[in-house]
Amino acid sequence: MNIFIKTLTRDLKMSLRNPFSFLNPLLFFVIAISLFPLAISPESHTLSNIAPGIVWVTCMLSVLLSLNALFHYDYDNGVLEQMVISHHSLPLILLAKTIAHWLLTGLPIILLSPLLGMTLFLDAESIYVLMLTLLLATPSLSLIGAIGASLIVGIKNSGMLLSLLTFPLYIPILIFATSAVSQSQFNLPINGQLYFLASILLISLMTSPFVSAIALKASLD
Amino acid sequence: MWKWIQKLASPKVFYETTNKLIPWFLWPFIALLILGLYWGLVLAPADYQQGESFRIMYIHVPSAWMSMLVYFIMAMAGGIGLIWQIKMAEVVAKVSAPIGASFTLMALVTGAVWGKPMWGTWWVWDARLTSELILLFLYLAYISLNNAFDNPKTAAKASSILAIVGLVNLPIIHYSVKWWNTLHQGSILEDLAEPSVHPDMLWPLIIMVFAFQFLYGVLALMNARDEVLVREQNSRWVRAVVTGEQS
Repeated sequence: MNIFIKTLTRDLKMSLRNPFSFLNPLLFFVIAISLFPLAISPESHTLSNIAPGIVWVTCMLSVLLSLNALFHYDYDNGVLEQMVISHHSLPLILLAKTIAHWLLTGLPIILLSPLLGMTLFLDAESIYVLMLTLLLATPSLSLIGAIGASLIVGIKNSGMLLSLLTFPLYIPILIFATSAVSQSQFNLPINGQLYFLASILLISLMTSPFVSAIALKASLD
Repeated sequence: MWKWIQKLASPKVFYETTNKLIPWFLWPFIALLILGLYWGLVLAPADYQQGESFRIMYIHVPSAWMSMLVYFIMAMAGGIGLIWQIKMAEVVAKVSAPIGASFTLMALVTGAVWGKPMWGTWWVWDARLTSELILLFLYLAYISLNNAFDNPKTAAKASSILAIVGLVNLPIIHYSVKWWNTLHQGSILEDLAEPSVHPDMLWPLIIMVFAFQFLYGVLALMNARDEVLVREQNSRWVRAVVTGEQS
């Protein structure tokens, strides 16, 4: 357990000392969302219809942007290889790194979402559901994205590749999350979608650290 | 059996075996293709609702089937390569990806051509079409990951992991896109005992499915053969094969 806490605090510390590493994806999230009203229509009815999709797609994009940096520095200065060959459990280390990533990307996005939801004319109930879906699903984004990030860790200029690998795997989350928010706008039940998001979270929490560990070992060969 | 597999895992034996196997896939493919196309396009009666245009089904349905089967084979071969370190399984997985992607693209294109007269539109965001499109994305992701590495061994390992993660995800993707299931007709081959189409239409379809399986066999073997030559280009037997010497 010790190594888990150590890795977590180390990653958080390193990011906080270089705040733009995690602030940039958040800035991207805010700026990209504010482009949609300009591009489509400032009308409240249209915007509230497409708001769940806008927020969710932009959220995925900014998570992906930040995932590039998940292993980048550690790979460059050799720490990552030391983690792989150390006697500590690699899945546990990776889980700690993923959680640190979520704390600095997923969590701020959740905290920002009510503000952005209001600018997109979502009603209070839908904003609440939006935050709930984000809370249930952004950890899955980080976990699944960690698999993709560990597959491409040794490749130069791999930014585009990561999105190619990860987007198809994100699709179920996107569908359930946006349909939950859209349905809540019509006061329809959303338990089904939330259960699905929760089960995706549990499955990815159980499997993804191990798969990332295998992937990392394979790509660092 | 195990000995035979180990023998097959050596590149040279693999190369020779593929060479011998290709005609066994090529000729059945040609025979079944001619039979299936003639039966399907000429002999089978026109559909009472869709007229003649339903005949594109004889390309569309087998391609869609193969697109999924080839992904399954690719992921399994990748897994075998990953677990037992069998290099030839990696070769099979690698060469299957472009073939599978082509089948997927063919299913999508023929589906669009079929959809235009039947539904009045080239494309709808229906569950099956969307799953098929995502399957294409998964294939493309696999291919681009495989090409991103310089070292073929690392490439094979990384892309096999991706293929297996994708395989686990496919049912989830399929059921999640089923949420807006709209226009696509139900599966024809779900229940062979009580088929929903006339036997004269069904038989050519089954024949075409087999023809496509043999087609995959031919293409995979040919590509695997070339891939083995490229990978083993520094070994003596490859030089003997290329220069035409008898070793």
